[in-house]
Amino acid sequence: MTAFVVILAYLALLLALGLVSNRFFRGTATDYFLASRGIGPFLLVMSLFGTTMTAFALVGSTGESWKEGIGVYGMLASSSGIVHSACFFLVGIKLWSWGKRYGYVTQIQFFRDRFQSPMLGLLLFPILVGLVIPYLLIGVIGAGITIEKATVGAMPGLFPGTHGAIPFWFGAALTCLIVLTYVFFGGVRGTAWANAFQTIVFVGLGVVTFLIITGKLGGAQAATAAVMQAHPEKLTRAGLSKLHFTTYLLIPLSVAMFPHLFQHWLTARSARTFRLSVVAHPLLILLVWAPCVLIGVWATAAMIHGKPVVPPGANENAVLGLMVNRLTGGTYGGQLLGGLLTAGILAAIMSSLDSQFLCIGSIFTHDVVGHYLGHERLSERARVVIGRGFVILVVLVTYLLALTRPGGIFTLGVWTFSGFAGLFPVVLAACYWKRASAAGVIASVLVTAGTWLWLFARAGWGAEGQAMFLGMMPVATIVAASSAVLVGVSLLTPAPSDLTLSRFFGRPRPVAATPTRAVTADVAATPAEKWVGKF
Amino acid sequence: MRTLIIIAIALLVVLHQDFWWWDRAQPLLWGVLPIGLAWHAGLSLAAAALWLAAVKWCWPAHLEVEDDPAAPPPTPREDAP
Repeated sequence: MTAFVVILAYLALLLALGLVSNRFFRGTATDYFLASRGIGPFLLVMSLFGTTMTAFALVGSTGESWKEGIGVYGMLASSSGIVHSACFFLVGIKLWSWGKRYGYVTQIQFFRDRFQSPMLGLLLFPILVGLVIPYLLIGVIGAGITIEKATVGAMPGLFPGTHGAIPFWFGAALTCLIVLTYVFFGGVRGTAWANAFQTIVFVGLGVVTFLIITGKLGGAQAATAAVMQAHPEKLTRAGLSKLHFTTYLLIPLSVAMFPHLFQHWLTARSARTFRLSVVAHPLLILLVWAPCVLIGVWATAAMIHGKPVVPPGANENAVLGLMVNRLTGGTYGGQLLGGLLTAGILAAIMSSLDSQFLCIGSIFTHDVVGHYLGHERLSERARVVIGRGFVILVVLVTYLLALTRPGGIFTLGVWTFSGFAGLFPVVLAACYWKRASAAGVIASVLVTAGTWLWLFARAGWGAEGQAMFLGMMPVATIVAASSAVLVGVSLLTPAPSDLTLSRFFGRPRPVAATPTRAVTADVAATPAEKWVGKF
Repeated sequence: MRTLIIIAIALLVVLHQDFWWWDRAQPLLWGVLPIGLAWHAGLSLAAAALWLAAVKWCWPAHLEVEDDPAAPPPTPREDAP
């Protein structure tokens, strides 16, 4: 019951935050989708981190380390610290600059304009939406399962079929409803605020959980010594293929092509706003992942009353929950920690879900309705109304799909990352290679989709996990094919026009002596907005 | 400085492939962190330091032009051909 109350309190807090953020809403589409391009450094770092980290950062990292050992940190965390920041620095700032200069709201608008190709927009639309939807499903399914597991015994009279736990369908619906509320009312500003709050929650709870578990195991040195005696291989990477490890480095490249991250980049107040994100991102990853990896490794040797805390053969996603529940022994403090931990997991899930819902709503509004109906025919208010309508529709469709509980959905998550990473050469070329042609980019996108589908089919549509190809992660083949075709076809086809190149690579204007507010800000800021804008 | 930073980033990627203590747990840093984990935690710190250096010495200052109050308002290109 304690866990149930903590979860409800947390969700209520989120709801309140969404409603408060609505007070700052200026009623324009630019404000709804891009927070009037006025987000400050603190909110940006929290948004970017919260969006890129899913429940996997807490639950998956612990479970994978329990199964595979310490190699998980190098494979997923330290690599992301290097690559994510590189993407923010080399791609994010440039896209922000062009986005502000030419008024883009979605990634597709940028690519269509950069390569002067409506066909590219048409091609990217189903691919980007198709890759985001499994990502959304992971979140909704993960939230439903998490709530169900955490509330067992809370309401036996109301839900006898689930031993008193909130059933999956209800937990998933509750999560969707909460996220929908703050996205609906607050737009991207509400999302940024909620992400900041949720990131603080899951980072803080991760650290607190680590400290409590360390104490229960008799200290960090004793916990490691126990692993050294029982499972020394977990403290090495003996079971991990080196080629697998190396090619995993390509997976984090996916962030450069996440459409929801593109939208967050465009919300930045200035290029300088990115500085904190570039520097702090690896540190935040360290803060979340290192304790979770240690807990996972310690779990291989942790004992209580002469029995293993995590029995061999347990579900790896249950490892963190088992360590908390069994080591705290069902005390009130333990139940409270269990509830808080569940809130932390939900925080990690929802901080990704919100951005994805909003981004899909934005893509439908701008790249389908706006593009084909004509932007000039839509008022600011109409764009907000349409955007909100699409967000409701996307949430509803995702929820209904989640109810089918498709199998292998978590494996599909890594496959979607591979797909986004396969598109990385396209965005890199758009930013830095003047010779990249529309035909080259279209061919590269098609080859990415084709190679991805071929490898995915070869892996039994995800049934065989990642199914290494030539001993490498499939992403390596996808990126290699995509890059080769991009370069080859671009060199064989006409280069972009001088006019296009001058628009994107022309001589920059001089830096202003005094920084001012975003040029797209449509309404004068109130004192409260100015204060909030500092963050 | 820009070249140095680029070399340092490439070096960081190479150092990430630490095959030299692949099968070793020892030494344990502070008796807690096996060398493989300590190394990668160190890489995270090094990455933050390196990106700090990049922000300080390789900052793309020309992208700040958008703050220019004299700049023309943005032209939506949503109707690009």
